[in-house]
Amino acid sequence: MSNAYLNPGLPQPVPSPDGLDKPFWEGLRNEQIFLQRCSSCHGWQWGPEFVCHHCLSMKLTFEQVAGEGIIYSYERVWHPVHPALKEQGPYIVVLVSLPQAGDVRLVGNLLGDPEQKVPIGAGVRAVFEHHPDAKPAAFTLLQWQLT
Amino acid sequence: MNRTLRGKVAVVGVGETDYYKRGESEDPEFKLALKAIMRACASAGISPKEVDGFASYSNDRSDPSRLAAALGCKELRFSNMQWGGGGGGGSGAIANAAAAVATGLADCVVVFRALAQGQFGRFGQGPQRNTIAGDMAHTVPYGLMSPAQMFAMKVVRFMSDHKVDQSALRAISLASYHHAQNNPRAVMHGRPLDEAKYDASRWIVEPFHLFDCCLENDGAAAMVLVSAERAKDFANPPAYVLGATIGSHFRAGASVHNAPDYATSAFKTLAPRLYEMAGVKPADVDVLQSYENFTGGVLMSIVEHGFCAPDECNEFFTPERLMAPGGGLPTNTSGGNLAECYMHGLGLNIEAVRQIWGQSTNQVDGADVAMVISGPMVTPVSNSIFGSEATL
Repeated sequence: MSNAYLNPGLPQPVPSPDGLDKPFWEGLRNEQIFLQRCSSCHGWQWGPEFVCHHCLSMKLTFEQVAGEGIIYSYERVWHPVHPALKEQGPYIVVLVSLPQAGDVRLVGNLLGDPEQKVPIGAGVRAVFEHHPDAKPAAFTLLQWQLT
Repeated sequence: MNRTLRGKVAVVGVGETDYYKRGESEDPEFKLALKAIMRACASAGISPKEVDGFASYSNDRSDPSRLAAALGCKELRFSNMQWGGGGGGGSGAIANAAAAVATGLADCVVVFRALAQGQFGRFGQGPQRNTIAGDMAHTVPYGLMSPAQMFAMKVVRFMSDHKVDQSALRAISLASYHHAQNNPRAVMHGRPLDEAKYDASRWIVEPFHLFDCCLENDGAAAMVLVSAERAKDFANPPAYVLGATIGSHFRAGASVHNAPDYATSAFKTLAPRLYEMAGVKPADVDVLQSYENFTGGVLMSIVEHGFCAPDECNEFFTPERLMAPGGGLPTNTSGGNLAECYMHGLGLNIEAVRQIWGQSTNQVDGADVAMVISGPMVTPVSNSIFGSEATL
């Protein structure tokens, strides 16, 4: 995939066998972000779990969230720990909190210059990185860009 | 009922194998475990046949029943694994062993950890497979997959919140390497580090230079614990367990980096409990062993154990303060995980005991209280305090 942020060859995400995060991965394929929300107390939680940690209800659903977040933390990686990244050079991983979903956090890459200064607290918007030809199954990654 | 471990159990023997660079041990892992346990028993002056319990952590592969059979132990009364990965269980295994001895489940428990990464694969590598599911599916495809990468995210946030300079991390690394130069067991013995060499070293992941990261080693380490009543009958002076705690804060284990209190070593709830059980204050601690998976974890651990305010790190963390024998808080006096050996931190507990015995290669004069902080930033973590006879 030529427009992917990282070089090809890393493990590809697939929904977990217990189904917990399946709506999330399916949503990304349609450029939608679905995160877990409690049907009883309406609290958000991420990563997904079988029970709501706020009210202990097991009636959990997935609800769409706008692709707008805030950089909570970040890191610039230099040393490749996977053969696919040997020629990658530095890259930036961001931890993004979503104010519209109870400040739950997601991990992604910050698009743009890998040596850019990363401002904690800055706003970012979602960018959907599609891998339609991936085998065994197409998938989409959720990346972020400064607003 | 007085629910405490304070003074009820003591370490009477310690032992380790030679320490090797990762993959260079000629011995398989189980043989390393046997050697370390036999050396610890020899240090205590007892036969391994008298051992009736084993405690370890981080999914150690050396099964207690096989150990007991191999060593001809007369009876097995305690076999225990502290849950959790990394070095978070180092002091936890001691807590579990001490609890077993204090409550009469067993009489003589060995705490051990054995690692042969050449035989079983490396920690610092990402998973190499076609697909990935579960929590790791939300991080690995973005290039976040090694321990350094998992923890740098926390340290960046802490350093940003509290305006901590790189020099604070460097001080921690310099102190460990300084101590290793006096320790012939240390893998980095004869390989000193200075500021220029640290500054010029490559980034692994910011803010960690190469020298902010632990080693990867082969070897094994072990300690022998008995009740305080028996402890005075051994060759070594008793190093009493004054306290030990295990755990983590509210939802520390929330997946995909969602712990509500995120930029932490995970010791905020443990440290007050440890001090209370041990009956000591930070100012009473003569020498500290603080697990260095990465220097940033040491920084946050020391803050969360009350030695330094979070906004005062740049003044507090100087190499001189952390160096034995004269520093205000001599830290990682064997060289620790950065420069002695990465035995998942059990070497730090052994070093704390040697300080109480007066047998460290970087001895702090009159060390009566030695603290160990095990495995910051994972969950559960653990910590412990050892004391001399004078502390009882």
